[in-house]
Amino acid sequence: MLHVGSLEKVRLNINGHNRWVTIKASERLIDVLRNRLGYTGCKPGCLNGDCGACTVLVDGVPMKSCMMLAPQVVGKAITTIEGLEGTDVQKAFIEHNAFQCGYCTPGFIMNIEGLLAKHRHADEAIIEDWLQSNICRCTSYQEMKAAIQDVLHKRDQNHEELE
Amino acid sequence: MLANIEAMMTLPSHKSLEEPSFLNHFSVHALPLEARWERLVIVISHVFKHTHLMTLFFWQKRVMRVEWVGQNVIRKDAWDKVTGRAKFAADTMTMDTLFAALVTSPYAHAKILQVDVSQAEAVPGVIKVVTGEDIDILVGEGIRDRPILAKDKVRYYGEPIAVVIADSPDTARLAAPFVKAAFLPLPVVNSPQEAIQAQAPLVHEHLDTYYTPKHLRPIPGTNIAHHVKIRKGEADKKLPSCPVIYESRVSFPPSDHCAMETRTATVEIRPDGTVCVESSSQVPFIIKSLFSELFDIPQDKIVVTTPLVGGGYGGKSAVQLEFIAYIASRAVGGQKVMLTNRREEDFVTSPVHIGLDATVTIGCDDTGRFIAMKISYLFDGGAYSDKAVDICRAAAIDCTGPYRVDHVFCDAYCLYTNHPYPTAFRGFGHPELTYAVERCIDGLAEKLAMDPTVLRKKNLIQPGDTTPTQSLLNKSRIGNLTACLEKVKALIRWDEGDRIETENHTIRAKGVSCFWKTSNIGPNVSSGALLVFNKDGTVHLDCGVVEIGTGSRSVLAQIAAERLGIDVKDIHVDMTIKTTTTPEHYKTVASRGLWMAGRAVLRAADDALSQLFQIASQVLRVSPDDLRAEGGFIFYKHEPRKRLSFRELAHGYRYPNGNTIGGQVIGRGSFVLPKLTFLDPDTGKGDPGPDWTVGAEAVEVEFNPKDDTYKILRAACVIDAGTIINPMYAEGQVRGGMHMGLSFASREGFVFTKDGIVMNNQFRTYKVLRYGENPEYLVDFVQTPSMETAYGLRGIGEHGVIGMPAALAASLSKASGVFINELPIIPELIWRLKRGR
Amino acid sequence: MAMEYYRPTTIKEALQLYQQLSYAGKNPAYMSGGTEIVTLSRFHLFQAASLIDLTHIPETRVHDVDGNHLVLGASLTLNEISEKNGFPLLAVTASRVADHTTRNHITLGGNISGKIIYKEAILPLLVSDSLLLIASFEGLKTVPIHAVFHKEPHLSPGEWVVQVLTEKNAVDRPFFSVKKRKIDVIDYPLLTLTAIKVDGKLRVAISGLCDFPFRSVAMEQVLNDPSRPVSARIIEALKVIPGDVRNDWIASAEYRRFVLQTTLEEMYAALGGM
Ligand SMILES: Cc1cc2nc3c(=O)[nH]c(=O)nc-3n(C[C@H](O)[C@H](O)[C@H](O)COP(=O)(O)OP(=O)(O)OC[C@H]3O[C@@H](n4cnc5c(N)ncnc54)[C@H](O)[C@@H]3O)c2cc1C
Ligand code: FES
Ligand code: FES
Repeated sequence: MLHVGSLEKVRLNINGHNRWVTIKASERLIDVLRNRLGYTGCKPGCLNGDCGACTVLVDGVPMKSCMMLAPQVVGKAITTIEGLEGTDVQKAFIEHNAFQCGYCTPGFIMNIEGLLAKHRHADEAIIEDWLQSNICRCTSYQEMKAAIQDVLHKRDQNHEELE
Repeated sequence: MLANIEAMMTLPSHKSLEEPSFLNHFSVHALPLEARWERLVIVISHVFKHTHLMTLFFWQKRVMRVEWVGQNVIRKDAWDKVTGRAKFAADTMTMDTLFAALVTSPYAHAKILQVDVSQAEAVPGVIKVVTGEDIDILVGEGIRDRPILAKDKVRYYGEPIAVVIADSPDTARLAAPFVKAAFLPLPVVNSPQEAIQAQAPLVHEHLDTYYTPKHLRPIPGTNIAHHVKIRKGEADKKLPSCPVIYESRVSFPPSDHCAMETRTATVEIRPDGTVCVESSSQVPFIIKSLFSELFDIPQDKIVVTTPLVGGGYGGKSAVQLEFIAYIASRAVGGQKVMLTNRREEDFVTSPVHIGLDATVTIGCDDTGRFIAMKISYLFDGGAYSDKAVDICRAAAIDCTGPYRVDHVFCDAYCLYTNHPYPTAFRGFGHPELTYAVERCIDGLAEKLAMDPTVLRKKNLIQPGDTTPTQSLLNKSRIGNLTACLEKVKALIRWDEGDRIETENHTIRAKGVSCFWKTSNIGPNVSSGALLVFNKDGTVHLDCGVVEIGTGSRSVLAQIAAERLGIDVKDIHVDMTIKTTTTPEHYKTVASRGLWMAGRAVLRAADDALSQLFQIASQVLRVSPDDLRAEGGFIFYKHEPRKRLSFRELAHGYRYPNGNTIGGQVIGRGSFVLPKLTFLDPDTGKGDPGPDWTVGAEAVEVEFNPKDDTYKILRAACVIDAGTIINPMYAEGQVRGGMHMGLSFASREGFVFTKDGIVMNNQFRTYKVLRYGENPEYLVDFVQTPSMETAYGLRGIGEHGVIGMPAALAASLSKASGVFINELPIIPELIWRLKRGR
Repeated sequence: MAMEYYRPTTIKEALQLYQQLSYAGKNPAYMSGGTEIVTLSRFHLFQAASLIDLTHIPETRVHDVDGNHLVLGASLTLNEISEKNGFPLLAVTASRVADHTTRNHITLGGNISGKIIYKEAILPLLVSDSLLLIASFEGLKTVPIHAVFHKEPHLSPGEWVVQVLTEKNAVDRPFFSVKKRKIDVIDYPLLTLTAIKVDGKLRVAISGLCDFPFRSVAMEQVLNDPSRPVSARIIEALKVIPGDVRNDWIASAEYRRFVLQTTLEEMYAALGGM
């Protein structure tokens, strides 16, 4: 049984690194990531589970870090936007103007990374279902749609070439 | 003038987004500068062999000038933004920071009987609690009617009454509810209609005691904060005798900007009295001047820093948290205090998007030609007048929409209510006035049994006409709206029919709207730019335009690159503004970023070039006016092989023996809008803005008459954007604006209880468009260059939003058969209107 | 506020912890997805000094057929339930709760046990007469959902839901499930209605209409009354709603009744009158 006291040092696996950090058991994951560890790519937009700006991957699954207590992720692998290195999604976001202010962007990208890892050939219905978890206030979403389709398209092409 | 004509002749045609041309473009520009230069020279000499000398002149320009204007150059903040490295105001926490949390009012209007801070101050970790009693000044951008923290009474739900300062954000938040305040509720002014009634409760009893700038006219003893009159021709006389008259009323509640980044301000007061402010603001320079005026601090002792801003849309053009954080810092001996809004506060405590109640009457002849308009705008100015008074004026200035009307009578009132107070919202009064006017035009079209696009076309304002404030228009000032309307009709396929019943028993219907907007940001506001050269000939561009998402700072680099003739990647742009060193740009609002700073950058570039020419002329021993700059070189026009690179000149030229002439090249430029005037208080006559951006928009919906639900299928927008510097970002701006307009029109708006309490101050309950709920967006441009701007561009940052509410309402009115005159248009509204309730 | 976190790995451990922590005055609460706990804590509406995370107990992660029953562990997230699709009506109904990412958090057990009034995932369980496996200090017990759930779950202190059991044949019945919102795709329901047909008779459960989710015998009687035409049944059904129709800023009661009416029409269209 795992027990995390009201203030305790725990080990978190973040972006493949082991990070020892003192947390309060009542502390939310977003606060630990941002305030204690400096992963500020994880953005607070509502702290209420509504906007998705704080999305990170937990064992590869997109989760809202404002809706989790930090102890819940002990023993799980966390990926933040800082853990991505020039992925196709990031490039496509740039090429298709899929952001303006960029505040919602890390959350969207993490969600899409999770999506494309699970559904190699996501159709529009799946993409919609997943992406409705996040809010962007600058773009029209049409740009993001183009970005995702581009990534999927290039994937298919690469796939064909391999075959 | 000449520069503009040159620019126009050398513009590439606008490229569509389907083919992201920057990809090809990058491959060209992957060549080193030198190599590209050689290429150009080859092209030029080729041309030289075959053409007359005069043609060569233009060909040279064509080949060389076309580089950056009109290209989809990638913004400078792109990689930071997709990697989470981009820093926003709340992302930098230092060890020496204290944290503040607001205590806000649970009432919309109440007397404050007592605020007891003792319990909160006893919470471990709390350093201090500050209340309104501790501050004795009033603030406000125009009328100074607002206490920094409420004192004596609260005037809106969510108004800050105290601020808790603690050693962690959590502790401050936790302690806030322990501030115990006692209130005596007062009768609530819950709409502008209520506010204007003679017997209405007063939101401000002592309106006469407030500092008020000359151009504002609050009326003590009423809830009127400002009244703008437009009197053109003899509307009073002409209107009643018009053959056809149509009147309609619209109303909608205040709503919110909902920038994804909530507002943050951090303030520290240094021992020498220097006040350091870091803020997520669209107006760092206004913070500086307001701090100076209100707290009596010399401007050189105020340092305002603004990093990347996570969305503004006007919402971050108000100064509010900065004042509170300053008071908080002052209360703890000047220590650094950070104050970040929770989403709930960002919704209602901080300024919102204005609400409106409007009545428009149009009189026309039998053919539909407008004769006279009578307009009443009652703006929901909320509890404090801050920017609402200016929004009211902006709406009055363009009150008729983009139509020729010879007789205009408009009363625009800004009214105090017990609602959250507004500030600028994308479009600044124009989405609002456009809703009122365009709904009336649609009603009139129905009455005349005319196609609404035909009625509009007949009346569109043209060069040679005058505006409601009697400004005379020419082609440069007004662009080509007729062309926009024609193009938008084609995009939305208007001629296929604007109401079609489908096989699935749904109705597909279309609606249109035209719009215009000038930005009357005041006659004496300035924008500056600096181009500081590095030793290797690369350049650092600085200007005061805040990067709020528009990409303006990057697009300005394109303008600089174009003028300097260097690769845009050799221009570095810092995204942070620091008011001590960054040249002022009055406010990053009103689609004036590229308009004004573009001119400042051109001037800075010309200034830098003249410095480079000066040094080069001495080295090459030719006259400076025989020199040209291209491709990172200064060369002798008549013998292009005689040249010096920017690298050789940027920090002075050093002769082989060590002698050096010149020094670091620093180009500077600034720009003020010329020839603007204040409005006449009795008639509104005056010249409020340099030009009008015009456009037309259309929406197609699919409506289900069974349950009154609908889907927005397509939305189209055509703007006369003048010259487009970066097509991809221009289209993105327009689409984003349209999207925001549709979100606002279809689902946004605060819901107030009868006591003025806002029910929806979370995204759980305040709805905005999500992925997939958006229609297909169709954007196109007409390009009538402006004669006054850099390369003929026009402001387009706000405009996509303006016509969307009206076009949506038009399409749904057509589909449902009821005249929709409220917002947001949720199915229950249509259901209610259908039943005559 | 000081709070502690416990992650037991057996049912017994969880129960023991609850007892020990209660005695120690550490005011324990169970936690699954934690979404409601976090949401309510923000406004100081949830108080607990210790949290017992149930999601690492293997029994709560089961998705299996056991004899006559489909067994769903209470810690399965709504997305897991939708993806596995062992209970299509539940899969569809769950897939409309909150948003996709949040459904990676929200669990079946948490959704039906929470305080937030919608609890949409309970509707399929109500119409299919599911059973709940409940852990209590006396041991494990299996009880019909109707015995525990009336407007809200009625569990004694320390009791918690381990699994939901649904008869195999109930799982595969023809069904109808619809969520009507004010306008958005992501929102609480104006109403969510699920229905199945058993032996030619409709069973209907509704969330969002009143302050609690319900399945009403009176309403089903009217809806299944063969002596009346469908349109008359709908009118009658509107008269026997087992509580006040919510009348608030989200929607008026009148409009909600209209939405119910059109939804019932759609239900008949989908499942047939009789
Ligand atoms: C963004 C968002 C949108 C939402 N939209 C919807 C919606 O559209 N429809 C809807 O129905 N709901 C919606 N909700 C509310 C949501 O239903 C609840 O927050 C959620 O169901 C709780 O599930 P959980 O697993 O997170 O439970 P927890 O937060 O872990 O627990 C909730 C409660 O149940 C208790 N509990 C947990 N597990 C058990 C168990 N196994 N046995 C007994 N008691 C237990 C806990 O002690 C607690 O009191 C939304 C929530 C969010 C955050
Ligand atoms: S901050 Fe987590 S969902 Fe908005
Ligand atoms: S890019 Fe600004 S919110 Fe999405």
